[in-house]
Amino acid sequence: MKNIALLLDSDAIRRALMRIAHEIVERNHGLDGVSLVGIRRRGVPLAKRVAANIALIEGAAPPTGVLDIGLYRDDREQRPFSAIDATSLNPGLINGRVVVLVDDVLFTGRTVRAAMDAVSDFGRPQAIQLAVLIDRGHRELPIRADYVGKNVPTARAEQVRVELEEVDGADQVYLERASEGDES
Amino acid sequence: MMNSERTAYRIQGARVIDPFRNFDGVTDVWVKDGRIAGQPEPDAEVVNGDGLWLVPRLLDMHVHFRDPGLEYKEDLESGSKAAAAGGFTAVCTMPNTQPVIDIPSLVQWQIERSRQLGLVRIWPIGAITKGEAGRELAEMYQMAQAGAVGFSDDGHPVADSRLMRAALSYSAAVGKPIIQHAEDSRLALGGVMHEGAVSQQMGLGGIPAEAESVMVWRDVELAGLTQGILHVAHISSPGSLEALRYARNRGLRVTAEIAPHHLFLTDEAVREWNYSPLTKVNPPLRPAQVQQALIDAVRSGLVGVLASDHAPHHADEKAAPYDEAPFGISGLETFLGSVITLFLGQGLLSPLELFAKITSGPHDVLRVAYGGLVPGQEADLTLIDPRVQWTVDPRTFYSKGRNTPLEGSRLTGRAVATMVGGRFTMRDQEVLG
Amino acid sequence: MRDLLALQNLPAQDIRDILDLSQNLGEILDRPIKKLPTLRGKAIVNLFFEPSTRTRNSFELAAKYLGADVINVQKSGSSVEKGETLWDTATNLRQMGIDAAIIRHQVSGVPEQLAGVLDVPVINAGDGSHEHPTQGLLDVLTLRQAKGDVGQLKVAIVGDVLHSRVARSDIWAMRALGAQVVLIGPASLLPESYRELGVEVTTDLREGLAGVDAVQVLRLQKERQSGGEIPSQWEYRARWGLTAESLGWAKPDAVVLHPGPQNRGVEIDSDILDSERALVRQQVRNGVAVRMAVLFRLLGGAHDEQ
Repeated sequence: MKNIALLLDSDAIRRALMRIAHEIVERNHGLDGVSLVGIRRRGVPLAKRVAANIALIEGAAPPTGVLDIGLYRDDREQRPFSAIDATSLNPGLINGRVVVLVDDVLFTGRTVRAAMDAVSDFGRPQAIQLAVLIDRGHRELPIRADYVGKNVPTARAEQVRVELEEVDGADQVYLERASEGDES
Repeated sequence: MMNSERTAYRIQGARVIDPFRNFDGVTDVWVKDGRIAGQPEPDAEVVNGDGLWLVPRLLDMHVHFRDPGLEYKEDLESGSKAAAAGGFTAVCTMPNTQPVIDIPSLVQWQIERSRQLGLVRIWPIGAITKGEAGRELAEMYQMAQAGAVGFSDDGHPVADSRLMRAALSYSAAVGKPIIQHAEDSRLALGGVMHEGAVSQQMGLGGIPAEAESVMVWRDVELAGLTQGILHVAHISSPGSLEALRYARNRGLRVTAEIAPHHLFLTDEAVREWNYSPLTKVNPPLRPAQVQQALIDAVRSGLVGVLASDHAPHHADEKAAPYDEAPFGISGLETFLGSVITLFLGQGLLSPLELFAKITSGPHDVLRVAYGGLVPGQEADLTLIDPRVQWTVDPRTFYSKGRNTPLEGSRLTGRAVATMVGGRFTMRDQEVLG
Repeated sequence: MRDLLALQNLPAQDIRDILDLSQNLGEILDRPIKKLPTLRGKAIVNLFFEPSTRTRNSFELAAKYLGADVINVQKSGSSVEKGETLWDTATNLRQMGIDAAIIRHQVSGVPEQLAGVLDVPVINAGDGSHEHPTQGLLDVLTLRQAKGDVGQLKVAIVGDVLHSRVARSDIWAMRALGAQVVLIGPASLLPESYRELGVEVTTDLREGLAGVDAVQVLRLQKERQSGGEIPSQWEYRARWGLTAESLGWAKPDAVVLHPGPQNRGVEIDSDILDSERALVRQQVRNGVAVRMAVLFRLLGGAHDEQ
């Protein structure tokens, strides 16, 4: 048996992403020179939604890219093989620009570390920023998010599940607690 | 011959299968002074034959002992031990040694050496042509005088039709068979396995079955022309069987042998062994429909001889890439087990019919007289456990050649004791050197 | 999957997975910095016992783009030339720490044998007349990019199919994906038994090309003429060469592949090779992508259990 707690419903997700869009525009004084890069998988629809939100605010959407960080993982030897999705980035999206990485959950920071390495292979950004829907703590690297939908204190053994319309058919974020005697 | 320990034996309770006399029944056999004895001997050691079969003079008329010259593959001692372990009391050694056995003194040397070893009767096959080079006839008459029982350039066909005609003419006078390794070398060029679906899928060079049969047809015609004595070694193609049938209908002196691996395995083994050259043999393993035709030819009596074509090679040679590895299977120690499993396990032949193919059959081909288990005959016999099941483990071979694609196969039946000239050369898988 | 030795018997899903992966890795070739950390610290040996500069370069670049270190061993100048067996050479390299071996050899089956000797992945880069699995994969990837679902296509393979490792890998890959395959060439160079596998076999180029969506033209090897299987290159061209006229027998939008190197004016004419319908450049590019995918598939995760 698993103990499940709802963290964000679809309205809360919508409001969080609109706030993030405002913060990105505010921090960067508009959207000149800003690129959004969604990290596969759920970072990709999130980046598109944030871009659409920015278009509502600024009248135009920033360019977006897609990144699969599978080729940059540092734990492949410990995991079974997993496939790689297409990455869609180009130097024009990176060089001299503020690159906002977008992901669903910030946890250990290793995915973000891999994403920064990947972005650097396409060019030299002016700055890299990070937007996440959920920050659940437990960082293993000196990384922090610039834009956070919701900070959620969690235990290590707990799991944060983000479900999005585009991938999972519905918008919701919930916390799974392993109950007594449950291994994970 | 053989040995000075002369002991008397009473082999009790075995089922005696004696194709030389067409006899099959339980009876005691007495042995004294190296020969079959006619009456009870007071001091005879009793050998319990309950549940065993007793067969006289098992002969494998096609083996390669590689000695002289290629002793790293096999030598007369290791080959003889393999024969004894496999239940054989006599073998015919092929002459493709280094040097080639093409003069009387080399024939004599092999026979002398086998007498010293005392493990198996070695009846050498001499070369048809000097150095097996296919150019000039070797001294067949003098080799026959020295003890050669037949002539072959095995490993190489006699390609020159004129020379083959001469050899067959000559054989008629000598009274010994010409044993042809039938293969059109040009047609087989570049081939390493049977040409067919499997070779085409595996991308290995194919040897068409016709590479054998075109030469068998030629040789049959030459046997007709010369009235010579032709024996076709390791026959393996439907066309060859047809030629043999034709020869038989014409009353020609043409016989043939089949090797157990062609009956027991198909070219699918090459796939199953995943390019291991253990399956590389010439003639190559054939597809199932050819295998069936060969089995039928043994059953019908069209082919009256089974012979192993025991071809030991060093492990290093058989570890080479497929194209580069030598042809051949080490067959002496799996011979009995595989033919008993195949023919008796499936009831395709009676024991008497099966053992005729490795006793009286090859004796007839070689024109060697032997009367079977009657008083006065040499006490050459083998006790066989027809029911024991065993797994082929080449590490236990006495042969230096552990190259067999039967490795790991489950077989039924094997020799448990071999006696040559009244002396046990093997008991319970232990060769008695 | 531990090794890539052949496409025969490779499940269709594995083939699709590798194609998808290749498709997704292809963009790496366009990056300004083509040096990923993916296989950083992995040492790969290219054992090329038969000369092939292009395939070797393709594997070497694929490995290097993914961050691996590559050494090249050729027959000439190697210990093999001094009498050492290939297995000993490979075992010694393994002792030096290599993590995978890519092998090209003139004898069919050597990669299979090597895989039995080594405890690290072995990749077949072409063995004798057997298979050239990465070529088969890059060919179907190229077809998929140009024509969509390979399962809906009819593909002709023209030439010396019997001795072609490329043809064999193509046939298995195309059949696994559901394509119809027709083999065309001189009877002495066609594997008749493939009919049993549901592959069409014909000596008539016109008949064979009717209705095909793609033509794979095999290289005519000079030794076929010296081996007596064909009378001359010109006779071959007259009957089986792909020319503007003969390509007209295929569908109007049929595309043309060639594994290279091409004998222009023999098995294929220059005006076809240089036209939009020839996909040979895409084949070369896809070759690197497919080899990256294979290397990543075999080395990019915890070892699969056998």
